[in-house]
Amino acid sequence: MKNKSLVSINDYTKEEQLRVLELAREFEKNPVQTILQDYVVASLFFEPSTRTRLSFESAVNRLGGKVIGFSEASNTSVKKGESLRDTILTIANYSDLIVMRNPIEGSARFASEISPVPIINAGDGANQHPTQTLLDLYSILKTQGTLDNLHVAFVGDLKYGRTVHSLVIALCNFNTTFHLVSPLELKLPSSVKMHIKEKNLTYHQYTDMEEVIPNADVFYMTRIQRERFSDPLEYERIKNSYNLHHDMILNTKDNFKVLHPLPRVNEIDINVDSSPKAYYFEQALNGVYVRQALMALILGLLQ
Amino acid sequence: MSEKIKELKVSAIENGTVIDHIPSHAVFQVIRILKLDSFDNMVLFATNLESKKYGTKGLIKVSNKFFLPEELNKIALVAPHASIIEIRDFQVSSKKIVETPDHVNGIVRCFNPNCVTNHEQVTTRFTVVEKEELRLKCHFCEKITRRSNMEFK
Repeated sequence: MKNKSLVSINDYTKEEQLRVLELAREFEKNPVQTILQDYVVASLFFEPSTRTRLSFESAVNRLGGKVIGFSEASNTSVKKGESLRDTILTIANYSDLIVMRNPIEGSARFASEISPVPIINAGDGANQHPTQTLLDLYSILKTQGTLDNLHVAFVGDLKYGRTVHSLVIALCNFNTTFHLVSPLELKLPSSVKMHIKEKNLTYHQYTDMEEVIPNADVFYMTRIQRERFSDPLEYERIKNSYNLHHDMILNTKDNFKVLHPLPRVNEIDINVDSSPKAYYFEQALNGVYVRQALMALILGLLQ
Repeated sequence: MSEKIKELKVSAIENGTVIDHIPSHAVFQVIRILKLDSFDNMVLFATNLESKKYGTKGLIKVSNKFFLPEELNKIALVAPHASIIEIRDFQVSSKKIVETPDHVNGIVRCFNPNCVTNHEQVTTRFTVVEKEELRLKCHFCEKITRRSNMEFK
């Protein structure tokens, strides 16, 4: 996987994805190392991020590497109208690996094709966010002990949520049964369902989330964004019907875990946080180990 | 007999290529895709001709030019039923139907305004995922451009 850019989750085979997860486990046991001490990683964030940017930077720092970059493009030459092509070709001179988030869709693919150093896509608009998918897979593997034959519920905005699309597609390799819970106007797009059908897997669709809770192994929640609704009253109604409370998860399976890519707004009440079944902050921590594993593989430091 | 009369509405050519059964509205797009607007040889075209099969049709005759299949297949995007007739010495020497290509580079604009191809100087690249209804998957943003929202560069 040396020098192999990661733009879309499907750029890596199932075996390569599992290799990242296997190595992430090693980094979790031993997260502070010096293997990146001779390396510079560029962290180019053209739009805001808390977890993705800081977990990448934390991952590099804990392995002894250096980070250069920016967290908003306004103090770079992008402001003067410099093209992405020129920005990438310049920064590739200063670094061994580029991590980029950019609101323009396809920008990461474009960058990976012109850059002499590998690119990790940290989110390109509504398109792809593959490192989130890898850390989601790692979180599922860790909490369930396996990725195979699970009942995974996806709840919230399944139409626009890119993390949902990529994770559904990735889980199609693991004989998952999908429980898709969303308002009618935010159902999973047929292009994503096509992947489930191609693997002859089963999915069920619901509008009410309580129905699904007793059967789920993993309960993956997402934020419903106000701007997706033309009718503000409809948003208020839906927002309140997708609100997970502590007492709703009392009678769940022992292995039941609530995941969320974060940020959350009010879809998970803070009274859920203290439950052993809440896993979203550990999930965010897992992002550090997964990104350490990924960077070590891409830089050819491990195989 | 009536076919022959229609053919003669546009003068015959001695050698070259006749592109027939172009939808009337697509004649100028075909001209642009094949870059006939900057072509030096004689080019004849007609549109809104009567057609038994399609109601109306367009027709283009290009003198002393024989196209490569990959050049011609590009026009399948706008003229999926076009027939290509090669003329040698006023005789039909071959006749075939265009085929929708598997990949489309350039020509088509990605419909997604937020796609990198609409922001940077980069040639568009698509995989044709559905040939009959025509659905093109963008190599960059991975969105599907359909016939209904297809624009040509």
